[in-house]
Formats: sequence, C-alpha cells, structure tokens
Amino acid sequence: MKQSLFESRHQPEWDQFAQRLDLLERGKADANDCASFPKDFRQVCQHLALAQERGYSSYLIDPLQQLVLRGHQQLYRYRSRVGAQLLAFVLADFPRLVRAQWPFVLVASLLFFGSLIGIGLLVYRFPELVYSLIPVEQVAEMQSMYDPMAGHLGRAAERAASDDWVMFGYYIMHNIGIAFQTFASGLLFGLGSVFFLFFNGLMIGAVAGHLTHIGYGENFWSFVVGHGAFELSAIALAGAAGLQLGWALIAPGRLPRGEALRLAARKSVSMICGVMLFLLIAAFIEAYWSSRTGPAPLIKYLVGAILWVVVAIYLIFAGRTRHAPD
Amino acid sequence: MRKNLALPRKATLPPPLDTRYQVETPEGIDLPLRPAGLMPRVLAFTVDLGVRGLVLGLLFIALAFLGKLGIGLGSVLLFLVSWWYMVLFEVLNQGCSPGKQLMGLRVVHDDGTPIGWSASLIRNLLRFVDMLPFGYALGAISCLQHPTFKRLGDIAAGTLVIYREQPVTRPQIPLALALPPSFALTLNEQRAVLGFAERQAELSSERVNELAAILAEPLHVAPSHAVAELNGIARGLLGPT
Repeated sequence: MKQSLFESRHQPEWDQFAQRLDLLERGKADANDCASFPKDFRQVCQHLALAQERGYSSYLIDPLQQLVLRGHQQLYRYRSRVGAQLLAFVLADFPRLVRAQWPFVLVASLLFFGSLIGIGLLVYRFPELVYSLIPVEQVAEMQSMYDPMAGHLGRAAERAASDDWVMFGYYIMHNIGIAFQTFASGLLFGLGSVFFLFFNGLMIGAVAGHLTHIGYGENFWSFVVGHGAFELSAIALAGAAGLQLGWALIAPGRLPRGEALRLAARKSVSMICGVMLFLLIAAFIEAYWSSRTGPAPLIKYLVGAILWVVVAIYLIFAGRTRHAPD
Repeated sequence: MRKNLALPRKATLPPPLDTRYQVETPEGIDLPLRPAGLMPRVLAFTVDLGVRGLVLGLLFIALAFLGKLGIGLGSVLLFLVSWWYMVLFEVLNQGCSPGKQLMGLRVVHDDGTPIGWSASLIRNLLRFVDMLPFGYALGAISCLQHPTFKRLGDIAAGTLVIYREQPVTRPQIPLALALPPSFALTLNEQRAVLGFAERQAELSSERVNELAAILAEPLHVAPSHAVAELNGIARGLLGPT
C-alpha cells in the first residue's frame, strides 16, 4: 500500500486517538469513553509497525511514534489507592519491613545507641570530656535551656501558646532534615550513614551525660523521654535504610550493582516514609507535651515509658497476623 | 548504489551513533527516548532554584506579619519547599518541574512510564549525595560518564530525564511526476529518498544538486536531472495524494 493511501485511510483514527490522549493527559477524560483505549492503542502500535516495515517517510513515523509514546505513558501508569495503601503501610507493612531488615536495624541501633550510651556514661564519669566534643558556648546554651531555676523547657526563652507552633515547625525541619541526610549519605557505601549515626549518638550522649552530671538531669530527662521514643528510633531506622543502600553497593550478590541498588532503594524508601511518620509524631509530642512544665516529672517519665513500650510493641508485633488488614 | 554496501532487507540496523535509548513496549514496539545531558539539566535546576528562592522570599515577607505563628509556618514551609518541591511537581505534573518544563525535559521510569511517588522520592532524597562534596560534583561526574546521563539518584531510583517530544510540522514534498524506481529499493534507501524530498526546502539548491549528483550514475540519468528524478521517485513512493 502506498503511503498516502495508508495515511488518508487512518488519519481520522489517529486524530481521534490524539484527542483522547489530550483529555487523559489533562485528567479530564470520561471513564466510559476510555473503554476502547487499549484497543485503539494497540491499533496505533500496529500502524506504527506497518509504517516502519514498509519504509514510509520519517514525517509519518515520528508522529506515530509520539502517539505511541504518549499512549504508553497513559496505559502503563502505576495507579494506586493511596488511602488503603497508607493504612496497610502503617498497620502492617512498615513494621514488617523493619523486621525483615533486622540486620541493618540492629547494626544501626548498635552504632547510634551504643555511641550515645557509651559517651553519656563517659561524660558522666569524666565531665571535662564534654568540652573536647562540643564547643563551650554550645554547652552553655544547653545548660541555660534545661536550667531548673528558669522554669521553662526546651529552646525558646519564654514559651507562649504560639511558641508551640514555632517549635513544631523547627523540630520538623531540623529532625527530618537530619534523618534524610543520614539516609541519603548511605549511598557512599554506607559510610555516610555510619558517620551520621555515630556523630549524632556522640552529640546527644555527651549533652545528656553533661546535664545529668551538673544536676539538671530531672529537667532534661523528663523533657526528652516522651518524644525520644519516636525521634531516636526514627534516626536509627533512617540509618538502617541508608546502610541498606550502601550494602547493596558493597555486596550486590548475584545482581549487577546498579540493579541491586535500585531494588534496595525501593525498599529503603518505604522505610524512610515510616521514619517521616515517626518524626512527625515526635515533633508533635515534643512541641505540645514534652515542653509542658505543668505535669510532675514522675508523670512524664511514666508517659515516656509507655511511649517507648508502644514503639517497641508496634515494631515487633504489628502486622504479624497472616491476614493483615488491607 | 552499490549492492555490496546496501543492507539486506531484514538485517538488524546498526546502533545509531547518538544517545537514543530504546524501550521495547509489551506491544512489541521500540520507543526511542532521548536522554537529556548535563547542560540542560543544570539549567533546569538553576531555574527551579530561582523559582524556589522567589517563592520562599515572598512567603517569608508575608509570614513576617504573622509573628511567631509565621515563624513556625515558615519553617514548615521551608521544609516542604526544600525537600518536596521536586517530588510534588514531578509526580503531579507529568514528570516536569517548572525548570524542566521550561527546558523541555521530563522525568520517566526506565521503561518509559510516568514517574511515581517512590521513584521520585528516592531520586530527590539522594540529591543530597549528588551535591557532595560541593556544587553537585558527584552528580556531574556520574551524569557525564553514564551512557544515559543518570546521576546517582537516577541510578538508584531507576529513572531517566528525557526530552519531551515536540510536535513535528510536515513539509510539502516538491511537485513532480511520479516515477517508478529503476531498481528495487531497500527499506533504508526508500526512507532516504523520501527524506531527501521532504527536507529539500531546508537545504540550499547547490547542496541539493550536489547530493543528488551522487546518485546520478546508479539512476542512469545526467547529474543535472538527478534532483527531478529523485523527487519523482519520492512522489511515486508516497503514492497519489
């Protein structure tokens, strides 16, 4: 068949297909209209193959190729029901993922909590050590924040209701930023994650040890115990996700490194979504509960302990039933 | 056209000497995608950076009137804009952030399908590593040495930055009397003759004559008549309009 005959015979179909694509791309297509879309798409694919096989001109083949590309993008779109997926993720998939990745979680936790507790004890025993880790001005600032005489807690000097908002924003910005850095730098063969886990562990541990040593312990611990459950475990999990990326590069198994990295990245990004959720909760608790000076320290310790237990139970037991809600 | 050089009809074509990236669809069609190199991507990122700076600047001025609440909202906003700007635009706007839109680029999965949440999140979170140790050095190195110009985030996410397809306008082929070719043309030769006729308007008449003269001998015509002969063959291949 000559090219011009082929064209004049099928041009109306192509125009119609292009119009439908326009509607789909702008998200205005009617569902009933699209019933024949896959059939039409295959038809255009066949026309393209014919045109190529018969050596028709590039000015016919190129527009057909564009039609097929656009159709391909509309037909093979990954659509998902976000609401149901989110619920399934929170109720089952996230804790399952954490358990499935237990070696990374274990290593990250050991690095983070190990350095935290280790340096905390060291600073408590040898108080001068804190100054070799943290500059003097910062130590002074920390002290003034948790001074029992000052009658306030946290960063802001005078806290009003509107300040809770300030701190909420600040905590989100600051903590999720740290978590993202800890995760992303894992791409450097895991070294970045190891560094950030270790470094953050040292910093937090040193401050905790120092403040306990100079007698601000009650103020400090009652402040951090509540949101710490979510915040500290989130940092450790972000590190675990980063280590997973690095490990895919170090030991890709039987896959090429690029492919192993792609698979690991897909899993670790779900973990990061869980981390973000944890950090949101942590920021909320930190801004609206931890900073409250009303409740007695004992109550805060109790609530904090309950939160730690909740996090542990959630990560260990959620989603173990065979038929998880989905 | 010497026969020993012409390709047999069913032979696989040699890989083209350009950066095209072929994706085979389930329908058995090879889709050519054109990955974008470092320079247009740098420009697109610069535009995005400028847009973000401008938006943040304006919003901060507006939020400054709200006092403390404004500071809180501002830092949430700063977080959203710095970590989510790219993700939201890429997923919700057919793979284009404003900068990419301006430069005619878009992001797709390796298989040519539109980018989804997880891939976009991966490639934009790992941007942090691409920026190390300064000024996107790692990303630039990775981009320059990769056959399809991927930075580290793209490799991990399995995504590709490609040029968006531009609509082509079709030229008129010169009027001529339809002629049958004096010998059977292979597929590539057919397309070359059609291409010659279609793109004549873009070339100077000297160049047109020079190109056609190469074929004067195999076509058994005088060099001065080669253009008319080729146009006639093209017309014949195209068929009656």
